[in-house]
Amino acid sequence: MKKPQTLPAPPAEALATVDLAAVAALDLVTPETAVPLPQQAPVATDLVEDLVKPYPVKVKRKRAKHITVNDPDEIPPIEANVRSTPGIITTRGCCYAGCKGVVLGPITDVIHIVHGPIGCSYYAWMTRRNQADVPESEQDFLKYCFSTDMTTNEIVFGGEKKLAQAVREAYEIFHPKAIDIFSTCPVGLIGDDVHAVAREARKELKIPVFAFSCEGYKGVSQSAGHHIANNGLFKNVVGTEELPAEAKTNPFRVNMLGEYNIGGDAFEIERLLNACGIQLVATFSGNAQLAELAHSQDANLNLIQCHRSINYMATMMETKYGIPWLKVNFIGAEATAKTLRKIARYFGDDELTARVEIVIAEELAKVEPVRQAVRARVEGRPVMLFVGGSRSHHYQSLFRDMGMPVVTAGYEFAHRDDYEGYQVASTIKVDADSRNIEELTVEADPEHYRARKSPEELERLKASVDIADYKGMMPEMAKGAMVVDDISHHELEQLIETYHPALVCSGIKDKYVVEKMGIPCKQLHNYDYGGPYAGFRGAVNFYQEIDRMVNSPVWGFIPTPWEKQSA
Amino acid sequence: MSTDQARAPLADQDKTPARQRAKVATTNACRMCMPLGACLAYTGFEGVVPFLHGSQGCSTYIRRYLISHFAEPMDIASSSVGESATIFGGESNLRTGVANVTRVYKPFMIGIASTCLTETIGEDVAAMITRLKDPVEGMTAKTGVDTPELVFAHTPSYSGTHADGYHAAVREVVRSLAEPGETGSDVNLFPGICSAADLRHLKELVSAYGLGCNLMPDYSERLDGVTVARYEKLPAGGTTADQVRAAGHAKASITLGGLVTPGVQLAGELLHETFQVPHHMLAMPIGIRLTDMFTELLGQLSGRPMPEWLVKERGRLVDAYIDGHKYAMDRKAIVFGDEDLVTGLASFCAEIGITPVLIATGGRSGHLAREIGRLNPELDGKVEVLDDGDFEEITARANELRPDIMIGHSKGYTTARDLGIPLVRVGLPIHDRVGGQRVKHLGYRGTQELFDRVINALIAARQDESPIGYAYM
Repeated sequence: MKKPQTLPAPPAEALATVDLAAVAALDLVTPETAVPLPQQAPVATDLVEDLVKPYPVKVKRKRAKHITVNDPDEIPPIEANVRSTPGIITTRGCCYAGCKGVVLGPITDVIHIVHGPIGCSYYAWMTRRNQADVPESEQDFLKYCFSTDMTTNEIVFGGEKKLAQAVREAYEIFHPKAIDIFSTCPVGLIGDDVHAVAREARKELKIPVFAFSCEGYKGVSQSAGHHIANNGLFKNVVGTEELPAEAKTNPFRVNMLGEYNIGGDAFEIERLLNACGIQLVATFSGNAQLAELAHSQDANLNLIQCHRSINYMATMMETKYGIPWLKVNFIGAEATAKTLRKIARYFGDDELTARVEIVIAEELAKVEPVRQAVRARVEGRPVMLFVGGSRSHHYQSLFRDMGMPVVTAGYEFAHRDDYEGYQVASTIKVDADSRNIEELTVEADPEHYRARKSPEELERLKASVDIADYKGMMPEMAKGAMVVDDISHHELEQLIETYHPALVCSGIKDKYVVEKMGIPCKQLHNYDYGGPYAGFRGAVNFYQEIDRMVNSPVWGFIPTPWEKQSA
Repeated sequence: MSTDQARAPLADQDKTPARQRAKVATTNACRMCMPLGACLAYTGFEGVVPFLHGSQGCSTYIRRYLISHFAEPMDIASSSVGESATIFGGESNLRTGVANVTRVYKPFMIGIASTCLTETIGEDVAAMITRLKDPVEGMTAKTGVDTPELVFAHTPSYSGTHADGYHAAVREVVRSLAEPGETGSDVNLFPGICSAADLRHLKELVSAYGLGCNLMPDYSERLDGVTVARYEKLPAGGTTADQVRAAGHAKASITLGGLVTPGVQLAGELLHETFQVPHHMLAMPIGIRLTDMFTELLGQLSGRPMPEWLVKERGRLVDAYIDGHKYAMDRKAIVFGDEDLVTGLASFCAEIGITPVLIATGGRSGHLAREIGRLNPELDGKVEVLDDGDFEEITARANELRPDIMIGHSKGYTTARDLGIPLVRVGLPIHDRVGGQRVKHLGYRGTQELFDRVINALIAARQDESPIGYAYM
């Protein structure tokens, strides 16, 4: 549970050194200019056709829409969030993975029961490396993997009884504060009513029990699961408790949305917010306990880190409770500084602004020597990023810090707005695969809605900190860089052969393909057992990690001496 | 049950329908799902691309998991069945998927396995394959692209374990290719789930007796590959189609292990039934006694004595046992993992003086305890066998049994850490150490490595606990 923060009191003379007018004049909204592509980089427009060449005609046409050449001044449209073509082998996962694996899984004091055969639960067992720092007095089920372990018997005769018994059993053994239930593919198909089981269990056990219909086949990727998870949390958890009065003294209260504490990122973010005197009410959902999510409506600003997985929550909370949202990025030293400044500008408090500037100055002073040293060794070396629904964008900031150009990038399960910007969201045609994902109808809560800012203030903030806006990845990518959505293995291999990057950022499913091709691959899903990479300390970790990877002597052994000789 | 009390006879410890599990849910499972085993097995045949008919999450999760163990590329295609296909059927997804894999990977064979989703909606994949191969309506007729061989194994997660899926896939590949013929001098070897290094050693052992070896499957190359200047999309290596064809007229089949959920037919059983190839079932050769059984059989089949180098390897192992015996004697171990592996591990522990006080598996063959009793009568009354178990049960028993060491895969880490005892990582999955694909378990050589690791872990634990900390203990 996040503790109420007492404001740190930096010496008045330190505060006085900050030039508030200069800070107010900083441009915090214009997209960052990308590191330009290397001069000898191939011309992306010539590559598109080649990339889809081996596919059958229909697939060729379909895939070509997912590939585009960037122009930051005139963003071209790109197809995204549609069903992957069978058999082309992409890295996408399923709805269950997005719901349980990503959004709900990191919550520490809830028992997550996976209703289905054993595999689904087993494969999501700690595989995302979410970390938590749970006090000894509190429960922590992060290391557990609960499953109803369905067998043929339940497939034939129904699994509701077994599920009800499993919920009861979990309660009797562990006495958790709450239990949630996740449906896997067969559950929806045999018609088990998981929500009815949850309702009955809630009555019987007198604790929150809620279920998610997140069968793997729903939607087109993890993304559907994120949405279902957001809906469930919003309906069943958010607003069910109130932030204690003693925790309400600090007006600078924020929630961190879409931060899952992989490799300890959330720890670093919390450290920074605390140092600035900003109170973190809840994190969705890294290192989180249920109670903090339950009273998260008492924050005054929602910060969105992973836009793809959690934007639904932000807009629903804005409508119901009046909490504005701000897209932030704590990945990259410059990006972190910008993020902290945006938060300070939102709250509009001089002392907070000064304190934030002092923290930034202190932290950057420690970052800068490492950054310069690493930059000297890696600058100009091209990078490719194919990961996630936000990370391909966020990590470009770290590479910008190091002067490494991003020649091509794309997401695994993002939507068009994550590429092109929030303004296209309303124009996206919803196809059959996404139509069945429930959109909650949300209205202002007559009792708990509280406008944090006047409409005029919000309008001003839109212009000065991009409140309620996300400009997407492409405005911050170089002109001529290639953007590929839901990349296939074949396409990735071909791009590596074309671009000869110094580094590829991806996940474990491509990692060894990339490394077999002689290129280091940094996993940005689970960080290859490293991290944190968020915030200032994380940036230092990341610079050093990239330096170690691209400058390791091992790559030199791939061509044999006799091959070298004959070359 | 206290540690000093006698345990129930092994013959009575297997779970039977009459002996219900004490709880319904599984907490921290000790087994994986059928499609995972099938994908692993398919990867061991040359030119085969594994293909899961179901939601794309299955392929993603299974790739994620197997890759974390083998540290190698592992391409598993998916038919990406979505919500509408669950209503209207997934045939067009399967067809599109097969067409794409064929064009991009140019495989010899596509190894299709079902998932919970497609089994639950009752997809008739065999009929779909027939239609795909139809001379008029099939893929080749429609697209002009040659259709690869297509095999299909039923692998719904709810009806078995990853070991069952593995054996089901091996059986289907064999069923589709094996041919009758004049009995040759080759031996079919079905190794069960073991490491790439184990597979290489098994081939070496069989050929040391002058026998040809149809090792099925053989993922020793594809899942422990080399890095060379040129990357291969579909890496070379694996049991060749000719080897599988020849399996139908081999001299004999040997299955190592083969404890499966009732209803799963082993490939060796199929070859015996169809082509009358004699079928020998042995335990996985871990330890001297079980390896002796294996080498004795190879001797019988070949009519040759044990080659000199192997006699020496055996001798060195005996020598190592003697060097290390005092560290092992009367220690207590928990061994856990796949049924076939723990059968071998239990026997190995027993012969070096370690009592495997708890032998645990998530497997459901229902024969594990009897098998252990048959192979190690000396363990009767001294050990507990937990089948269809999970880590909640293993941990609960461990807290009472107070073992000195755990031997099993990475999922035992939390328990070992809580108990403050070493975990020697063997089997699958090993995802918190490098080299899972190279861990040796089998033969005298594999046992040697295992023995050194177990003894060193026990010595290291003692050394670390010592308040004095000399290098000479």
